[in-house]
Formats: sequence, structure tokens, C-alpha cells
Amino acid sequence: MVFIVQFILSFFASFSFGIIFNIPRRHLVSSGITGAFGWVMFYLLSHIIGIDDLIANFVAAITMTSTAIFFTKRLQAPLIVFVTCGLIPLVPGGKAYEAVRAVVENNYLESLETGFQAALISLSIAMGIIITEMIYELFKNIKKRITEI
Amino acid sequence: MLDVVEEVELPDNSLSLKYVREVFFVTLNAGKTLLENGAETYRVEDTMERIAKHYGVENVQVFVATTVIILSMNDYGLSQQIRILTRNNNLEKVVNINELSRQIINGMSIADAKEAVNRISETRVFPLWLVVLFGGIAASMFLMMFNGSVKDLPITIFAGALGVLVTEWIQRYTKIKFFTEILAAFLIALFAVLYVRFGYGVNVDTIIIASVMPLVPGVPITNALRELIRGHFLAGSMKGIEAGLTAIAIGAGVGTVFLII
Repeated sequence: MVFIVQFILSFFASFSFGIIFNIPRRHLVSSGITGAFGWVMFYLLSHIIGIDDLIANFVAAITMTSTAIFFTKRLQAPLIVFVTCGLIPLVPGGKAYEAVRAVVENNYLESLETGFQAALISLSIAMGIIITEMIYELFKNIKKRITEI
Repeated sequence: MLDVVEEVELPDNSLSLKYVREVFFVTLNAGKTLLENGAETYRVEDTMERIAKHYGVENVQVFVATTVIILSMNDYGLSQQIRILTRNNNLEKVVNINELSRQIINGMSIADAKEAVNRISETRVFPLWLVVLFGGIAASMFLMMFNGSVKDLPITIFAGALGVLVTEWIQRYTKIKFFTEILAAFLIALFAVLYVRFGYGVNVDTIIIASVMPLVPGVPITNALRELIRGHFLAGSMKGIEAGLTAIAIGAGVGTVFLII
């Protein structure tokens, strides 16, 4: 049940960002689904199983990019459309906010810690996206090579 | 990839100069539209090279960074650089140019392509009120994803929409992104704090996190890292600095409210 609720919430979050980023109408729903898959994966790993945030974000980014690649192939649109909207739910806005809040409260050590965490989480999301993208490209090139022979 | 720069032989002049100029400007405009609307630099370079090559122009060099495109068709002595001053996320145009490049490869004539590029650069975007409305909806979704209270919902929708409105609307008049972002974050935090102070809201932190979410540069940071890892160091570091400035602006805007109230 909680997954369905989270799925719907993250779906509409990504969908709304689709409108903010002006993506074509026909891709709005698929971008929403991309974001929802990523977030549900993160929710499962982080909130239910309790894995470290970095790894949870990394795996969620891989899930999200795989979904995006599926839609890219299916709908013949550039990957950036789906990845842009799909990574929105994963963005560590809360951590970044805590860092700012700590600065205002003269709590510089805590601010450094949470700020660093936020930076690492964005790095792990980016790594997840890039690695999936690279594996897909590698796979595509190998397939092309084989069919050429 | 060749190790040495090959000596360029004289072109056989089978293409008329008029035709090459048309190809040149179609390529340039396609690249400009892509870059201005948020495509990655490697995609811009790739698309431009592919269009030029398809129309039979050899020895084309393209260099794209976040703020500049340099295109030269060396066989014909054509070269131009253009500055890219505005950058926003307008992925519909990116998708359309992508489709156009596919159509060109499938044999579209240069005259049609010229018309199509002009048409795409004037594609209608979503109206401002819709974007603002969905900024509010996005913020409310984040509030619930972060386990916020239903009591905080109205202010989150309002503040999220306000943030998008300020950035999108004032952007048209100032051109200084940093300023509009500080203002937007400041207003969001101000309304959230006042709402809770007057006893209507529950948790000021989740309200601010959720409403500020449409401004947070998560996408630019990720794109910057993607560019860097692909070896586009100039574009990657430019985008990284741009995203970092946005983050600082939001932090400054929110922080100011906490300092003065």
C-alpha cells in the first residue's frame, strides 16, 4: 500500500517537472513513470530495508536510468528527456537544506557534514546514471559490431 | 579518430557555395536551438556533425561549450562562432531537433530542413500559468513524500508556485539568474516561517524543503558531472559553476530569512 502511495506521489512530482521543463506532451506520462520507479526503489532500499543512503541512491539511479533507456528505445526520444524528469525525486534537497540551516545556527561542523553528504549523494546519483548509460552504449556498440560481421 | 591532421585537398567544387551556406546555417541553427534549450554538449556536437556530413560537406569541425558554438566548414572557408546567452530547459525543442536530424538522415531536402529548423525554434511552450501551477503541485507532492503534515499543504502549494513564478517571470526582465533565485528562495522561506509563526503550519522545515524543490539545481549538477566524465571539461565545469551559484543563491535566500526573523 505504502508503495502505491509513494509511486503516485513521485509520479506526479516527476510529471509536474515535465511541465516545468517543457517536455513534449506525449512523453509526460513516461517521464512520470521513470521518476516513480527510481523513487520507489530508493524508498524500498532506504526506508524499508535500511541501506545506506549513498548505495540506495546509486541503485535507484540505475533503476531510473534503465527505465529511461527502455522509454528512449520505445519512443525514439533522447535520453535526457526521461533522465531529467526521472532524477527529480532523488535530488537531496533535504540534506542541502539542513546544511544551510546549520550555517545559520552557527553550527559549522554539522553544516560541513550534511553539505558533504548532499554532495556525495548527488555524485552517487550521477554515477548511477552515467554507468548505466555507458553500459548501454557499450552493449549497443558491441551489438552493432557483431551484426556488421 | 586520426592521429594527425590530414592535409586538406582542394574541394572538388561539386557543391555550389550557395548550397553549402544553406547547410552551414541549418547546422548552426540546429545546434543553437539544442544548446539554448538544455541539451548536452556532446549531443549538440554529434547532431551538428551528422547533419553536415549527411548533406555531403566533409571536414567539418564543431566545438561546443556551454556558452559558445564554433562551427567551421574548412573546405569552403566558412567559419562562425556564436555566443549563447540564454539557457533554459525546454526539452520539447530538443526532442524536435532530434527528430529533425533523424528525418534529415532519412533524406530530407535542405530547403525543408531550413524551414523545419525555423519552425522548431518558434515552438510554443507551456503557458506561464500552467508552469506555475505545476510548480505548486510538484512542491505539494514533495511535501507528502517527505511525510509532511496535511495542514502545511496550502502554504506549500502557494510557496512552490510563487517560487516558480518569481524565477520564470522576473527572469524575463533582469537576466541575472542569481538575483531572481535569491529573491524566490527568500520569499518562499518568508511565507513558510510566517505561516508557521501565526500558528497555521506544523513543520517549517518540510514546507521550505518541498517548496524550494523546483529551484534546486539537481539536474544541472548531474548534467555537469555527466559532461565532465565524458571528457567535456570546459562545458562540465561551466555548468558546475552555474549549478553551484544557484545552490548558493537558494541557501542565501533561505538563510537570510532565518537570520532576520
